[in-house]
Amino acid sequence: MAKRTPLYDTHRSLGARLVEFGGWEMPVQYRGILAEHHSVRTQAGLFDLSHMGEIEISGPRALEVCQELLVTDVARVQLSQAQYSVLCNEQGGCIDDVVVYRTAEECYLLCVNAANIDKDWQWIDEHNRQRATIRNLSDEYALVALQGPRAAEIVQPLVTCELSRLRRYWSTAGEVAGHRALIARTGYTGEDGFELFVAASEAKAVWQACEEAGRQCGLVPVGLGARDTLRLEAGLLLYGNDLDAETSPLEAGLRRLVQFGKDHFLGREALLQQQALGLKKQLIGLRMETGGIPRHGYRLWQGEETAGVVTSGTQSPTLEVGIALGYVPPALATPSTELTVEIRTRRVPARVVALPFYRREKE
Amino acid sequence: MEIPKTLRYSREHEWVAVEDGIATIGITDYAQEQLGDVVYVELPEVGAQVIKDEPFGVVESVKAVSDVFAPLSGTVTEVNGPLADSPEIVNDDPYGDAWMIRVELSDPGELDDLMSAAEYEKFVEEEQDDV
Repeated sequence: MAKRTPLYDTHRSLGARLVEFGGWEMPVQYRGILAEHHSVRTQAGLFDLSHMGEIEISGPRALEVCQELLVTDVARVQLSQAQYSVLCNEQGGCIDDVVVYRTAEECYLLCVNAANIDKDWQWIDEHNRQRATIRNLSDEYALVALQGPRAAEIVQPLVTCELSRLRRYWSTAGEVAGHRALIARTGYTGEDGFELFVAASEAKAVWQACEEAGRQCGLVPVGLGARDTLRLEAGLLLYGNDLDAETSPLEAGLRRLVQFGKDHFLGREALLQQQALGLKKQLIGLRMETGGIPRHGYRLWQGEETAGVVTSGTQSPTLEVGIALGYVPPALATPSTELTVEIRTRRVPARVVALPFYRREKE
Repeated sequence: MEIPKTLRYSREHEWVAVEDGIATIGITDYAQEQLGDVVYVELPEVGAQVIKDEPFGVVESVKAVSDVFAPLSGTVTEVNGPLADSPEIVNDDPYGDAWMIRVELSDPGELDDLMSAAEYEKFVEEEQDDV
């Protein structure tokens, strides 16, 4: 049976439509995906991300273990800072994409994808060899995210810290509506926003406090449906669709994360070799030239030659055009390359574009 | 959920209104609700043949692609053009402005296979119980 987050009853009472996702029963939408999407782009949205996993690596050898497990240079992560990273296998394939929060001098909290919690835990445990203390805190933490241009305005009265001093990809330990929380200025929507890690038992109270505080600012609950369209517009990858164990971070457009210069890490040799020999495939952004909605699994063509496959696609609610992520040989990955997408019986013209599809206006 | 008494219904959640041997076909309120926000509608051209229980069009919501099945066989005499530019009408007015095609029936006897409003209501309730 699918697992439920501490906010399950809340979702029911809000009239959410629930679906199974990554082994969890989660809200896919409340009022409707489009309305929720636009709310996040223009006002703010409230998300239950409690299905996501949290794995803590701590102790004097914690950094060393993180450096071995992750492709990024974790030594650069300062106290209270966060970093987007990837766990690779020896072949350079992605086991998961994660956000690492350095919550104490020798303590790193990895926020991992819900469907990957057990797999990640096993992998980390296997490569830890008791050098660091590792704890799977996934059941203890709930995660509430508040995203959108009005997020800071809504969250500020609830928290004990000054949010104007909390920069993007930094966090702080504090309180939200009187409940202990790790307050992080992170998110996966392309908007400014906060992710609030709280004890599972406090989730309902924190959610409720956020809802009340945001009512005047147009805050609405947002389900997985809009979460997916938001992240896709922002050019962010979805593990299982755009990223998997057969795909390397180099292929996935995450070259900037991979730090060959640091000491050994899992996958390093394979990635170096891949880089030297050339990539077989490369992630692209694709924008439809006319109508038509690209979807996961649709084939890409250049003329009469098959060119690749769509890994995520949707009708962009903000841009009002079909957009997609997909993989093609590197020769076809240059922006403005013309391809077609096989949509049912037709081949519909599309063009390779630089990512992201949508970028918020900086204040 | 609205189920007009005057219409007939298919097990694939299409509705049918027949006048002078011409059937007007669309998808039901229940179907549009299940789909969520409709962002694209693909329909056949006038003159196309549709065959009972076979797909004649496609409705795409933000999340999903769904075939629309012909509840009856015949020749398409009219297509609701505005749906191409304003697919959201399917959500707003499934039984009115969001009609999809008009079909000249080739076998009026097929009408007997469709459900009445009361039967369709029961059918939907049973389907919901299965979920």
